[in-house]
Amino acid sequence: MSTTVVSLISMGTMGALFALGLAVASKKFAVETDPRVDEIEEVLPGVNCGACGFAGCRSFAEGVASGKAPTNGCPVGGARVAKLVAEILGVEDQGSAGRKVAQVLCKGGHEEAKRRGDYMGPQDCRIANAVQGGDKGCSYGCLGYGTCASVCPFDAIVMNENGLPVVLEDKCTACGKCVAACPRDIIVLVDEVQGVHIRCRSEELGRAVRSVCSVGCIACRRCEKACPTGAITVEDNLARIDYDKCINCRKCVEVCPMNTIEAQEGKPVIKKKSAS
Amino acid sequence: MNLLVILLSAILVNNFVLVRFLGICPFMGVSKQVETALGMGLATTFVMVVASAATWLIQWFILEPFGLPFLQNVAFILVIASMVQLVEMFLHKTSPSLYRSMGIFLPLITTNCAILGLAIMAVQGGYTFIESVVFGLGGGLGFTLALVLLAGIREELRFSDVPKPLQGAGIAFIVAGLLSLAFSGFAGLV
Repeated sequence: MSTTVVSLISMGTMGALFALGLAVASKKFAVETDPRVDEIEEVLPGVNCGACGFAGCRSFAEGVASGKAPTNGCPVGGARVAKLVAEILGVEDQGSAGRKVAQVLCKGGHEEAKRRGDYMGPQDCRIANAVQGGDKGCSYGCLGYGTCASVCPFDAIVMNENGLPVVLEDKCTACGKCVAACPRDIIVLVDEVQGVHIRCRSEELGRAVRSVCSVGCIACRRCEKACPTGAITVEDNLARIDYDKCINCRKCVEVCPMNTIEAQEGKPVIKKKSAS
Repeated sequence: MNLLVILLSAILVNNFVLVRFLGICPFMGVSKQVETALGMGLATTFVMVVASAATWLIQWFILEPFGLPFLQNVAFILVIASMVQLVEMFLHKTSPSLYRSMGIFLPLITTNCAILGLAIMAVQGGYTFIESVVFGLGGGLGFTLALVLLAGIREELRFSDVPKPLQGAGIAFIVAGLLSLAFSGFAGLV
Protein backbone atom coordinates (compact mmCIF):
# COMPACT_ATOMS: atom_id res chain seq x y z
CA MET A 1 0.00 0.00 0.00
CA SER A 2 2.57 2.51 1.12
CA THR A 3 4.87 1.49 -1.75
CA THR A 4 2.10 2.19 -4.22
CA VAL A 5 1.41 5.59 -2.74
CA VAL A 6 5.08 6.53 -2.61
CA SER A 7 5.57 5.35 -6.20
CA LEU A 8 2.61 7.35 -7.39
CA ILE A 9 3.64 10.50 -5.55
CA SER A 10 7.33 10.38 -6.52
CA MET A 11 6.69 9.52 -10.17
CA GLY A 12 3.84 12.00 -10.37
CA THR A 13 5.96 14.79 -8.92
CA MET A 14 8.83 14.03 -11.26
CA GLY A 15 6.51 13.92 -14.25
CA ALA A 16 4.91 17.20 -13.25
CA LEU A 17 8.31 18.86 -12.78
CA PHE A 18 9.57 17.74 -16.17
CA ALA A 19 6.32 18.78 -17.79
CA LEU A 20 6.67 22.22 -16.23
CA GLY A 21 10.25 22.48 -17.45
CA LEU A 22 9.28 21.46 -20.96
CA ALA A 23 6.39 23.90 -20.98
CA VAL A 24 8.74 26.73 -20.10
CA ALA A 25 11.25 25.54 -22.71
CA SER A 26 8.60 25.28 -25.41
CA LYS A 27 7.69 28.91 -24.76
CA LYS A 28 11.31 29.95 -24.86
CA PHE A 29 12.23 27.97 -27.96
CA ALA A 30 8.93 28.47 -29.77
CA VAL A 31 9.47 28.59 -33.51
CA GLU A 32 7.35 31.16 -35.28
CA THR A 33 5.52 29.29 -37.99
CA ASP A 34 2.74 30.37 -40.24
CA PRO A 35 -0.28 28.53 -38.83
CA ARG A 36 -1.55 28.11 -42.39
CA VAL A 37 1.47 25.92 -43.18
CA ASP A 38 0.29 23.31 -40.68
CA GLU A 39 -3.26 23.52 -41.98
CA ILE A 40 -2.11 23.07 -45.58
CA GLU A 41 0.13 20.18 -44.62
CA GLU A 42 -2.89 18.54 -42.99
CA VAL A 43 -4.80 18.37 -46.27
CA LEU A 44 -1.88 17.28 -48.46
CA PRO A 45 -1.50 13.58 -49.27
CA GLY A 46 1.60 13.41 -47.06
CA VAL A 47 3.61 10.92 -49.11
CA ASN A 48 6.50 13.36 -49.66
CA CYS A 49 6.85 12.21 -53.27
CA GLY A 50 8.36 15.49 -54.50
CA ALA A 51 6.28 15.56 -57.69
CA CYS A 52 5.42 19.21 -56.96
CA GLY A 53 9.07 20.18 -57.24
CA PHE A 54 9.52 20.76 -53.50
CA ALA A 55 11.48 18.60 -51.07
CA GLY A 56 8.33 17.20 -49.50
CA CYS A 57 4.78 18.01 -48.44
CA ARG A 58 6.01 20.31 -45.65
CA SER A 59 8.19 22.34 -48.03
CA PHE A 60 5.36 22.54 -50.51
CA ALA A 61 3.00 23.78 -47.79
CA GLU A 62 5.54 26.45 -46.84
CA GLY A 63 5.92 27.36 -50.51
CA VAL A 64 2.17 27.74 -50.98
CA ALA A 65 1.79 29.82 -47.82
CA SER A 66 4.55 32.18 -48.91
CA GLY A 67 3.17 32.41 -52.44
CA LYS A 68 6.04 30.57 -54.12
CA ALA A 69 3.91 27.65 -55.22
CA PRO A 70 0.45 27.58 -56.81
CA THR A 71 -2.45 26.26 -54.75
CA ASN A 72 -2.99 23.53 -57.32
CA GLY A 73 0.68 22.51 -57.36
CA CYS A 74 0.15 19.09 -55.82
CA PRO A 75 -0.30 16.65 -58.73
CA VAL A 76 -1.13 13.72 -56.47
CA GLY A 77 -3.91 15.50 -54.59
CA GLY A 78 -5.45 16.86 -57.76
CA ALA A 79 -8.56 19.02 -57.77
CA ARG A 80 -9.73 17.96 -54.31
CA VAL A 81 -6.56 19.10 -52.52
CA ALA A 82 -6.29 22.23 -54.69
CA LYS A 83 -9.76 23.25 -53.51
CA LEU A 84 -8.95 22.67 -49.82
CA VAL A 85 -5.65 24.54 -50.07
CA ALA A 86 -7.37 27.47 -51.79
CA GLU A 87 -9.98 27.51 -49.00
CA ILE A 88 -7.29 27.68 -46.32
CA LEU A 89 -5.56 30.56 -48.03
CA GLY A 90 -8.86 32.26 -48.82
CA VAL A 91 -8.08 32.57 -52.51
CA GLU A 92 -9.98 31.47 -55.57
CA ASP A 93 -9.69 27.79 -56.44
CA GLN A 94 -7.74 27.39 -59.64
CA GLY A 95 -8.89 23.84 -60.19
CA SER A 96 -6.66 20.92 -60.93
CA ALA A 97 -3.50 21.76 -62.81
CA GLY A 98 -4.19 18.73 -64.94
CA ARG A 99 -2.39 15.48 -64.60
CA LYS A 100 0.29 14.74 -67.14
CA VAL A 101 1.16 11.35 -68.53
CA ALA A 102 3.99 10.05 -70.65
CA GLN A 103 3.38 9.54 -74.37
CA VAL A 104 5.64 7.46 -76.60
CA LEU A 105 6.13 9.16 -79.94
CA CYS A 106 7.04 6.19 -82.12
CA LYS A 107 4.86 3.50 -83.65
CA GLY A 108 7.56 1.55 -85.44
CA GLY A 109 7.87 -1.77 -83.66
CA HIS A 110 9.25 -5.05 -85.00
CA GLU A 111 6.46 -5.32 -87.58
CA GLU A 112 6.51 -1.79 -88.94
CA ALA A 113 10.15 -0.74 -88.83
CA LYS A 114 13.19 -2.33 -90.44
CA ARG A 115 16.42 -3.05 -88.65
CA ARG A 116 19.77 -2.45 -90.29
CA GLY A 117 21.81 -4.97 -88.33
CA ASP A 118 21.93 -7.32 -85.41
CA TYR A 119 22.70 -5.88 -82.01
CA MET A 120 23.83 -8.49 -79.50
CA GLY A 121 24.99 -6.25 -76.65
CA PRO A 122 23.38 -5.48 -73.30
CA GLN A 123 19.62 -5.02 -73.55
CA ASP A 124 19.65 -1.29 -72.82
CA CYS A 125 18.60 1.39 -75.29
CA ARG A 126 21.27 3.81 -74.09
CA ILE A 127 24.04 1.31 -74.78
CA ALA A 128 22.49 0.15 -78.05
CA ASN A 129 22.21 3.75 -79.19
CA ALA A 130 25.85 4.37 -78.39
CA VAL A 131 26.94 1.43 -80.57
CA GLN A 132 26.93 2.79 -84.13
CA GLY A 133 23.71 4.68 -83.44
CA GLY A 134 21.66 1.58 -82.76
CA ASP A 135 20.41 -1.27 -84.91
CA LYS A 136 17.20 0.41 -86.03
CA GLY A 137 16.83 1.51 -89.63
CA CYS A 138 15.29 4.78 -88.46
CA SER A 139 17.69 6.88 -86.48
CA TYR A 140 14.83 8.60 -84.66
CA GLY A 141 12.71 5.58 -83.72
CA CYS A 142 12.30 3.50 -80.61
CA LEU A 143 15.09 0.95 -80.13
CA GLY A 144 12.81 -1.31 -78.15
CA TYR A 145 15.17 -2.53 -75.43
CA GLY A 146 12.85 -1.33 -72.70
CA THR A 147 15.08 1.09 -70.81
CA CYS A 148 12.08 3.32 -70.17
CA ALA A 149 10.17 0.37 -68.71
CA SER A 150 13.08 -0.61 -66.47
CA VAL A 151 13.66 2.88 -65.07
CA CYS A 152 9.97 3.50 -64.36
CA PRO A 153 9.58 3.40 -60.57
CA PHE A 154 5.82 2.85 -60.83
CA ASP A 155 5.75 -0.04 -63.32
CA ALA A 156 3.71 2.24 -65.57
CA ILE A 157 5.53 1.23 -68.77
CA VAL A 158 5.46 -2.25 -70.24
CA MET A 159 6.99 -3.48 -73.49
CA ASN A 160 4.47 -5.06 -75.85
CA GLU A 161 5.14 -8.02 -78.15
CA ASN A 162 5.84 -5.65 -80.98
CA GLY A 163 8.82 -4.24 -79.09
CA LEU A 164 7.24 -0.91 -78.24
CA PRO A 165 6.69 0.62 -74.81
CA VAL A 166 3.10 1.03 -73.67
CA VAL A 167 2.30 3.59 -70.99
CA LEU A 168 -0.29 2.49 -68.44
CA GLU A 169 -1.75 5.93 -67.90
CA ASP A 170 -3.49 5.23 -64.61
CA LYS A 171 -0.16 4.29 -63.07
CA CYS A 172 1.91 7.07 -64.64
CA THR A 173 2.78 9.95 -62.30
CA ALA A 174 4.69 12.05 -64.84
CA CYS A 175 7.87 11.75 -62.81
CA GLY A 176 9.91 12.12 -66.00
CA LYS A 177 12.38 9.29 -65.38
CA CYS A 178 11.58 7.66 -68.74
CA VAL A 179 11.86 10.99 -70.53
CA ALA A 180 15.36 11.42 -69.16
CA ALA A 181 16.38 7.81 -69.82
CA CYS A 182 15.26 7.55 -73.46
CA PRO A 183 18.35 8.16 -75.63
CA ARG A 184 16.17 9.19 -78.55
CA ASP A 185 13.86 11.62 -76.74
CA ILE A 186 10.80 9.74 -77.93
CA ILE A 187 8.87 10.09 -74.67
CA VAL A 188 7.19 13.34 -73.74
CA LEU A 189 4.91 14.38 -70.88
CA VAL A 190 1.52 15.55 -72.10
CA ASP A 191 -1.66 16.63 -70.33
CA GLU A 192 -3.78 13.58 -69.65
CA VAL A 193 -6.79 15.03 -71.49
CA GLN A 194 -4.90 15.20 -74.80
CA GLY A 195 -5.91 12.17 -76.85
CA VAL A 196 -4.37 12.79 -80.29
CA HIS A 197 -0.68 12.20 -80.80
CA ILE A 198 1.64 12.27 -83.80
CA ARG A 199 3.66 9.21 -82.99
CA CYS A 200 6.78 9.94 -85.01
CA ARG A 201 9.94 11.93 -84.42
CA SER A 202 11.66 11.39 -87.78
CA GLU A 203 12.88 14.47 -89.59
CA GLU A 204 13.96 12.43 -92.61
CA LEU A 205 12.46 13.08 -96.05
CA GLY A 206 9.30 11.18 -96.84
CA ARG A 207 11.02 8.66 -99.10
CA ALA A 208 13.71 7.88 -96.54
CA VAL A 209 11.05 7.37 -93.88
CA ARG A 210 9.07 5.01 -96.13
CA SER A 211 12.16 2.92 -96.83
CA VAL A 212 12.60 1.98 -93.15
CA CYS A 213 9.17 2.34 -91.54
CA SER A 214 5.57 1.80 -92.61
CA VAL A 215 4.06 4.14 -90.03
CA GLY A 216 6.42 7.12 -90.04
CA CYS A 217 5.47 10.71 -90.83
CA ILE A 218 6.22 11.58 -94.45
CA ALA A 219 5.32 15.25 -94.04
CA CYS A 220 2.49 15.15 -96.58
CA ARG A 221 0.81 18.09 -94.81
CA ARG A 222 -2.69 16.60 -95.03
CA CYS A 223 -3.10 16.81 -91.25
CA GLU A 224 -1.97 20.40 -91.29
CA LYS A 225 -4.71 21.27 -93.79
CA ALA A 226 -7.37 19.21 -92.01
CA CYS A 227 -6.79 20.69 -88.57
CA PRO A 228 -9.54 23.22 -87.73
CA THR A 229 -7.62 24.90 -84.92
CA GLY A 230 -4.22 25.22 -86.57
CA ALA A 231 -2.66 22.95 -83.99
CA ILE A 232 -0.52 21.00 -86.47
CA THR A 233 2.39 22.45 -88.37
CA VAL A 234 4.91 20.64 -90.55
CA GLU A 235 8.48 21.65 -89.98
CA ASP A 236 11.71 19.88 -90.94
CA ASN A 237 9.77 17.07 -92.65
CA LEU A 238 7.78 16.27 -89.54
CA ALA A 239 4.25 17.13 -88.48
CA ARG A 240 4.24 18.65 -85.00
CA ILE A 241 1.23 19.12 -82.77
CA ASP A 242 0.65 22.06 -80.47
CA TYR A 243 -1.18 20.51 -77.51
CA ASP A 244 -2.30 23.95 -76.35
CA LYS A 245 -4.45 24.20 -79.47
CA CYS A 246 -5.44 20.59 -80.12
CA ILE A 247 -9.05 19.80 -79.19
CA ASN A 248 -9.01 16.03 -79.86
CA CYS A 249 -11.31 16.41 -82.91
CA ARG A 250 -9.51 13.51 -84.66
CA LYS A 251 -9.80 15.04 -88.17
CA CYS A 252 -6.07 14.61 -88.68
CA VAL A 253 -6.31 10.95 -87.70
CA GLU A 254 -8.78 10.32 -90.53
CA VAL A 255 -6.62 11.88 -93.22
CA CYS A 256 -3.19 10.56 -92.20
CA PRO A 257 -2.09 8.17 -95.00
CA MET A 258 0.62 6.51 -92.92
CA ASN A 259 -1.53 6.00 -89.83
CA THR A 260 1.09 7.89 -87.85
CA ILE A 261 -1.39 10.02 -85.96
CA GLU A 262 -3.16 8.07 -83.29
CA ALA A 263 -6.29 8.84 -81.31
CA GLN A 264 -6.60 7.34 -77.85
CA GLU A 265 -9.93 5.91 -76.80
CA GLY A 266 -11.76 7.41 -73.86
CA LYS A 267 -10.45 10.92 -74.37
CA PRO A 268 -13.37 13.05 -75.61
CA VAL A 269 -13.28 16.17 -77.71
CA ILE A 270 -12.36 19.21 -75.65
CA LYS A 271 -15.11 21.77 -76.12
CA LYS A 272 -13.54 24.93 -74.84
CA LYS A 273 -9.86 25.59 -74.76
CA SER A 274 -8.69 28.47 -72.65
CA ALA A 275 -5.77 30.32 -74.12
CA SER A 276 -2.82 29.52 -71.94
CA MET B 1 43.17 9.69 -12.47
CA ASN B 2 40.15 7.53 -11.84
CA LEU B 3 37.99 9.99 -13.81
CA LEU B 4 40.35 9.84 -16.78
CA VAL B 5 40.17 6.06 -16.77
CA ILE B 6 36.36 6.16 -16.74
CA LEU B 7 36.34 8.69 -19.57
CA LEU B 8 38.78 6.83 -21.83
CA SER B 9 37.18 3.51 -21.05
CA ALA B 10 33.77 4.84 -22.11
CA ILE B 11 35.15 6.40 -25.28
CA LEU B 12 37.48 3.68 -26.54
CA VAL B 13 37.66 0.43 -24.61
CA ASN B 14 33.97 0.05 -23.90
CA ASN B 15 32.68 2.19 -26.75
CA PHE B 16 28.91 2.04 -26.50
CA VAL B 17 28.32 1.42 -30.18
CA LEU B 18 31.32 -0.55 -31.38
CA VAL B 19 32.06 -2.68 -28.34
CA ARG B 20 28.83 -2.86 -26.34
CA PHE B 21 26.63 -2.74 -29.48
CA LEU B 22 24.13 -0.30 -28.00
CA GLY B 23 22.47 2.39 -30.09
CA ILE B 24 23.04 0.69 -33.44
CA CYS B 25 19.90 2.23 -34.92
CA PRO B 26 21.13 5.83 -35.22
CA PHE B 27 24.63 4.46 -35.86
CA MET B 28 23.41 3.04 -39.18
CA GLY B 29 20.64 5.56 -39.78
CA VAL B 30 22.38 8.91 -39.35
CA SER B 31 25.86 8.07 -40.61
CA LYS B 32 25.57 9.07 -44.24
CA GLN B 33 27.10 12.53 -43.81
CA VAL B 34 29.79 13.64 -41.38
CA GLU B 35 27.99 16.88 -40.58
CA THR B 36 24.70 15.20 -39.69
CA ALA B 37 26.54 12.47 -37.79
CA LEU B 38 28.38 15.08 -35.76
CA GLY B 39 25.12 16.89 -34.96
CA MET B 40 23.47 13.63 -33.94
CA GLY B 41 26.48 12.69 -31.86
CA LEU B 42 26.53 16.01 -30.03
CA ALA B 43 22.78 15.91 -29.41
CA THR B 44 23.13 12.41 -27.99
CA THR B 45 26.14 13.46 -25.92
CA PHE B 46 24.15 16.30 -24.40
CA VAL B 47 21.28 13.99 -23.54
CA MET B 48 23.72 11.43 -22.09
CA VAL B 49 25.49 13.95 -19.85
CA VAL B 50 22.30 15.52 -18.53
CA ALA B 51 20.59 12.15 -18.22
CA SER B 52 23.50 10.61 -16.31
CA ALA B 53 23.44 13.50 -13.84
CA ALA B 54 19.67 13.47 -13.45
CA THR B 55 19.38 9.70 -13.20
CA TRP B 56 22.11 9.61 -10.53
CA LEU B 57 20.15 12.10 -8.43
CA ILE B 58 16.92 10.21 -8.96
CA GLN B 59 18.48 6.86 -8.19
CA TRP B 60 20.17 7.89 -4.90
CA PHE B 61 17.76 10.56 -3.61
CA ILE B 62 14.39 9.22 -4.70
CA LEU B 63 14.41 5.58 -5.73
CA GLU B 64 16.76 4.13 -3.08
CA PRO B 65 15.51 6.07 -0.01
CA PHE B 66 11.87 5.30 -0.82
CA GLY B 67 12.61 1.66 -1.68
CA LEU B 68 11.55 1.97 -5.29
CA PRO B 69 14.51 0.59 -7.31
CA PHE B 70 12.03 -1.42 -9.40
CA LEU B 71 10.87 1.86 -10.93
CA GLN B 72 14.35 2.49 -12.29
CA ASN B 73 13.53 1.93 -15.99
CA VAL B 74 10.37 4.01 -15.87
CA ALA B 75 11.99 6.89 -14.03
CA PHE B 76 15.07 6.90 -16.24
CA ILE B 77 13.06 6.82 -19.47
CA LEU B 78 11.02 9.73 -18.12
CA VAL B 79 14.20 11.77 -17.66
CA ILE B 80 15.62 10.79 -21.05
CA ALA B 81 12.38 11.53 -22.89
CA SER B 82 12.17 14.98 -21.32
CA MET B 83 15.77 15.74 -22.21
CA VAL B 84 15.23 14.64 -25.81
CA GLN B 85 12.17 16.87 -26.05
CA LEU B 86 14.27 19.76 -24.82
CA VAL B 87 17.02 19.08 -27.34
CA GLU B 88 14.46 18.77 -30.10
CA MET B 89 12.93 22.16 -29.29
CA PHE B 90 16.36 23.73 -29.01
CA LEU B 91 17.52 22.34 -32.37
CA HIS B 92 14.28 23.27 -34.11
CA LYS B 93 14.84 26.83 -32.99
CA THR B 94 18.56 27.14 -33.59
CA SER B 95 19.32 24.89 -36.54
CA PRO B 96 16.31 23.97 -38.71
CA SER B 97 18.49 22.34 -41.35
CA LEU B 98 20.12 19.99 -38.84
CA TYR B 99 16.67 19.39 -37.34
CA ARG B 100 15.37 18.33 -40.75
CA SER B 101 18.36 16.17 -41.71
CA MET B 102 18.16 14.22 -38.44
CA GLY B 103 14.47 13.65 -39.01
CA ILE B 104 12.93 10.80 -37.07
CA PHE B 105 16.24 9.85 -35.45
CA LEU B 106 16.13 12.92 -33.22
CA PRO B 107 12.99 11.94 -31.25
CA LEU B 108 14.27 8.36 -31.44
CA ILE B 109 17.18 9.30 -29.16
CA THR B 110 14.55 8.69 -26.47
CA THR B 111 14.57 5.01 -27.25
CA ASN B 112 18.29 4.88 -27.88
CA CYS B 113 19.31 1.97 -25.68
CA ALA B 114 22.81 3.44 -25.32
CA ILE B 115 21.40 6.16 -23.07
CA LEU B 116 19.26 3.96 -20.86
CA GLY B 117 22.15 1.47 -20.82
CA LEU B 118 24.52 4.20 -19.73
CA ALA B 119 22.25 5.31 -16.90
CA ILE B 120 21.78 1.78 -15.63
CA MET B 121 25.47 0.91 -15.95
CA ALA B 122 26.41 4.05 -13.99
CA VAL B 123 24.16 2.86 -11.16
CA GLN B 124 25.45 -0.70 -11.31
CA GLY B 125 29.05 0.52 -11.32
CA GLY B 126 28.37 2.38 -8.09
CA TYR B 127 29.77 5.61 -9.51
CA THR B 128 29.74 8.88 -7.60
CA PHE B 129 27.93 11.89 -9.05
CA ILE B 130 31.03 13.28 -10.77
CA GLU B 131 32.03 9.86 -12.06
CA SER B 132 28.52 9.38 -13.43
CA VAL B 133 28.66 12.63 -15.37
CA VAL B 134 32.14 11.84 -16.71
CA PHE B 135 30.90 8.38 -17.70
CA GLY B 136 28.01 10.03 -19.55
CA LEU B 137 30.35 12.44 -21.29
CA GLY B 138 32.66 9.60 -22.30
CA GLY B 139 29.75 7.53 -23.56
CA GLY B 140 28.49 10.43 -25.63
CA LEU B 141 31.90 11.24 -27.07
CA GLY B 142 32.46 7.59 -27.91
CA PHE B 143 29.09 7.49 -29.63
CA THR B 144 29.97 10.63 -31.61
CA LEU B 145 33.37 9.19 -32.51
CA ALA B 146 31.81 5.98 -33.85
CA LEU B 147 29.19 7.88 -35.84
CA VAL B 148 31.66 10.32 -37.37
CA LEU B 149 34.13 7.54 -38.24
CA LEU B 150 31.47 5.52 -40.03
CA ALA B 151 30.03 8.60 -41.73
CA GLY B 152 33.48 9.58 -43.01
CA ILE B 153 34.04 6.14 -44.47
CA ARG B 154 30.56 6.04 -45.98
CA GLU B 155 31.12 9.42 -47.64
CA GLU B 156 34.23 8.03 -49.31
CA LEU B 157 32.41 4.80 -50.20
CA ARG B 158 30.02 6.74 -52.38
CA PHE B 159 32.77 7.18 -54.96
CA SER B 160 34.15 3.67 -54.83
CA ASP B 161 33.29 0.72 -56.97
CA VAL B 162 31.22 -1.45 -54.65
CA PRO B 163 29.87 -4.75 -56.02
CA LYS B 164 26.20 -4.37 -56.79
CA PRO B 165 24.77 -6.78 -54.18
CA LEU B 166 26.69 -4.97 -51.42
CA GLN B 167 25.79 -1.42 -52.39
CA GLY B 168 24.08 0.73 -49.78
CA ALA B 169 23.30 -0.90 -46.46
CA GLY B 170 25.32 -4.06 -47.16
CA ILE B 171 28.71 -2.42 -47.41
CA ALA B 172 27.83 -0.10 -44.51
CA PHE B 173 27.23 -3.09 -42.24
CA ILE B 174 30.51 -4.67 -43.32
CA VAL B 175 32.37 -1.43 -42.61
CA ALA B 176 30.65 -1.16 -39.23
CA GLY B 177 31.74 -4.71 -38.43
CA LEU B 178 35.35 -3.96 -39.36
CA LEU B 179 35.28 -0.80 -37.23
CA SER B 180 34.01 -2.84 -34.33
CA LEU B 181 36.81 -5.38 -34.85
CA ALA B 182 39.33 -2.56 -34.83
CA PHE B 183 37.95 -1.22 -31.56
CA SER B 184 38.21 -4.64 -29.97
CA GLY B 185 41.96 -3.99 -30.16
CA PHE B 186 41.54 -1.66 -27.19
CA ALA B 187 40.28 -4.51 -25.02
CA GLY B 188 42.28 -5.02 -21.85
CA LEU B 189 43.74 -1.51 -21.96
CA VAL B 190 41.87 -0.45 -18.82
